[in-house]
Amino acid sequence: MDAQTIIAKRIAQELRSGMLVNLGIGIPTLVASHVPKDVSAFFQSENGLIGTGPIPEEGMAHPTLTDAAGHPVSALPGASTFDSAMSFGLIRGGHVDMTVLGGLQVDAKGQLANWMIPGKMVPGMGGAMDLVTGAKRVVVAMQHTAKGKPKIVKECTLPLTSLRRIDMVVTDLAVITFPESGATLIETAPSVTPEQVIAATEAELIVPAHVPEMRL
Amino acid sequence: MKTIAVKDAVAMIPDGASLMIGGFMAVGTPERLVDELVRQGKRDLTIIANDTAMPGRGIGKLVSAGLIAKTIASHIGLNPETQQQMIAKKMAVDLVPQGTLVERIRAGGFGLGGILTPTGVGTVVEEGKQRIQMDGKSYLVETALHADFALVHSFLADYDGNLSYALTARNFNPVMAMAADVVIVTAEHIVPVGVIAPDHVVTPAPLVDYLVTNA
Repeated sequence: MDAQTIIAKRIAQELRSGMLVNLGIGIPTLVASHVPKDVSAFFQSENGLIGTGPIPEEGMAHPTLTDAAGHPVSALPGASTFDSAMSFGLIRGGHVDMTVLGGLQVDAKGQLANWMIPGKMVPGMGGAMDLVTGAKRVVVAMQHTAKGKPKIVKECTLPLTSLRRIDMVVTDLAVITFPESGATLIETAPSVTPEQVIAATEAELIVPAHVPEMRL
Repeated sequence: MKTIAVKDAVAMIPDGASLMIGGFMAVGTPERLVDELVRQGKRDLTIIANDTAMPGRGIGKLVSAGLIAKTIASHIGLNPETQQQMIAKKMAVDLVPQGTLVERIRAGGFGLGGILTPTGVGTVVEEGKQRIQMDGKSYLVETALHADFALVHSFLADYDGNLSYALTARNFNPVMAMAADVVIVTAEHIVPVGVIAPDHVVTPAPLVDYLVTNA
């Protein structure tokens, strides 16, 4: 299983029926392809859609039915559409149960940087700051390291997305949560040891006596 | 509401005007008005919009033509030309969180001086802004936005100017239709009064100043 699939499959296990969920661009989008069969969640696209469905078949796309990246999507039965004020009222107002976002850095306090690299990449924050500030639960999907360097760091050196503490980060190596007590290793990827995770992580990790493997 | 040809609608817009333009990655953007802005070469525009789309589509055409002096948007990441012009200081870019952007526009149209939002507290977005404590929580004061013109794209417009929108092409359009001195609308279909049921009108006719006739 490749890194992205491990991450997406593990995060999909966090979904529950009836949840309103917002998936960011990149690895987070893949989560929708791994929803457990007995779970029926609502996926929001922040350009104004609840009930986002899979990519339509060839020739069935509609130019006014797209996701937040502008790509064609379908709408599931029971879908609804609305304007951007409503869409961000849902997000900032705490009506979105879970958001899954990409990350550049997550630090020991669970703070996230995911929207710019000064001098290199200034795309704009889009909806990321509102999502991290307002969603009930924030899950970050990212590779554990970038070019061999840890992305889970003592303190973010890149500009923060929000002061809010995220709830969970899922990487190709581990699941880490961020309770008040500090960054805690709760699962490792199949055949990865806690020692390997610690070695690939700059932030101090709390490691319980028994750390189970992800069940994928 | 007056009906107007696209070239006459754009002729009303002077160089240096501020324009709110509906659309999200060019979905729901009034392309005919954008094309005419390029054809007439309107310059030094201030654009308020969610994003600058990509080269060749929607607001991306205004960027490529070098017509924009300033952009207020939440995302420019899919248009490398916007980033190049920003770095070269040919265009000023003010990046605003998307939820804050739409609420600032809404405030402008709804008679509010601004809004209080938790988004951006403690980040670079806070720089130069007032932070307020309310009921133990921190908020930023974000000011209202208003424009000289709103360029809006609808799905259906009736002969009076009542509007409805299609799917994800709604996005910023109805909010912008509240927040500009002059509201110019294009429609996929112009239909008799009554075709849009009262419950399905999203933008009521009195908000629309000009409806661009279809070719």
